[in-house]
Amino acid sequence: MPVAWTRKDLLGLEDLSKEEIELLLATAESFKEVSTREIKKVPALRGKTVVNLFYEPSTRTRVSFEIAAKRLSADVINIATETSSVRKGETLIDTGKNIEALKVDIIVVRHNYSGAAAMLGRHLKASVINAGDGWHEHPTQALLDIFTLKEKLGRIAGLSVSIVGDIAHSRVARSNIWGLTKLGANVTVCAPKMLIPPAIEQMGVEVTSDIDEALSNADAVNVLRMQFERDEENAFPKQLEYFKNFGITQERLEKAKKDIIVMHPGPLNRGIEISSEIADGANSVILEQVTNGIAVRMAALFLVAQANENISHDNTD
Amino acid sequence: MRIAHEILEKNKGTQDLCLIGIRNRGAYLAKRLRESIETIDKGTVHVGVLDITLYRDDLTLIAQQPLVHKTEIDFDITDKNLVLVDDVLYTGRTVRAALDALIDLGRPKCIQLAVLIDRGHRELPIRADYVGKNVPTSQKETVEVRLAEVDGADEVVIVEKD
Repeated sequence: MPVAWTRKDLLGLEDLSKEEIELLLATAESFKEVSTREIKKVPALRGKTVVNLFYEPSTRTRVSFEIAAKRLSADVINIATETSSVRKGETLIDTGKNIEALKVDIIVVRHNYSGAAAMLGRHLKASVINAGDGWHEHPTQALLDIFTLKEKLGRIAGLSVSIVGDIAHSRVARSNIWGLTKLGANVTVCAPKMLIPPAIEQMGVEVTSDIDEALSNADAVNVLRMQFERDEENAFPKQLEYFKNFGITQERLEKAKKDIIVMHPGPLNRGIEISSEIADGANSVILEQVTNGIAVRMAALFLVAQANENISHDNTD
Repeated sequence: MRIAHEILEKNKGTQDLCLIGIRNRGAYLAKRLRESIETIDKGTVHVGVLDITLYRDDLTLIAQQPLVHKTEIDFDITDKNLVLVDDVLYTGRTVRAALDALIDLGRPKCIQLAVLIDRGHRELPIRADYVGKNVPTSQKETVEVRLAEVDGADEVVIVEKD
């Protein structure tokens, strides 16, 4: 794998080459071992400062980034915008520039507007990692999904992966589609018609609204959370209706491949998109996804920090 | 083979003896040393592989970013006699990083150092306990150790830097 990582930011999987995605996954594999040690820490980012800047509520992603940064010996500061000057009307770029003026090296940002991370990245010398921007991308979530799949099945190329749920509002779905198709998987998206965005076929995926069809040949199914908080027009199917027509249940999985892998990015809505027996069952890798998230985020933090240092080093020569 | 004898002599057998190879070529050399040691002495010797990328002090100075590889030490190193194995000993900075990495993993009874080539020019107070060959070099040269496992043939080449 001769490719080198030269990007100061990680904004999405759409921009990345197959080789860059493979480099991220390979680096994550090396980092996974660190979390199995008694002293779960390496000095790679000693003296670096990471700020988690979250404009949307998040526990799992923020904590995962925080643990990843700390296992690399970086210092971490969390900013939740509900309690910050953002409430006083400060713009994203002003907030970013102020954080940069504090000599912060990496900003991990989650924002409800698509493209927010990219905009911040363009205006700052500090590295920016996208932890979810609107409906656009959530690259580290897709990377940890793909990492988990690869760990379980040994490959990505040639696999059939179905993504079920609110595709229209899902950045997790988009990042997964980019990553999986670049690595050669066959992706099917499955949702009620109103939750399938127009022209999604152009991303190279099959589309269906028949859950049994989506499961029939799949090696893995990624079950998305129904984001009822995004249902501003009150157009979503009701919870029980959704469970009846699209919920992943024992009965439905019996018709699928015996070893089908069931993933979910969390937080789970038990009894809406997935039944408890499946979420806690033998096919589920949901908690392994959480564990792998740390290794993937360590790899992302390490690679962008290293690339940024090379960039600034070149500039001072 | 001579180093294998020296290691056994100094450590009085294979009791608590473990070899730790530094990636990349040190790992292969450690495996070869184990074979030699196990043909001389009946005991078994654990071999681990150490990746020191995360402990380096020169990450930004080298043109090609090294890929981070896995550290594979699946035994407890606490109270063991460790022999660190590498191909070339030069400035001592790799060994410094390896010592830090090992101490994060536990508290060995002692750490010794075995290298195939010692080419001088140390920048840190570090010396090898076992040396295959001392090769006086100029800092304008690089020493490349090639091993059958990775490079197809066993040879040591001194190359003039351009």
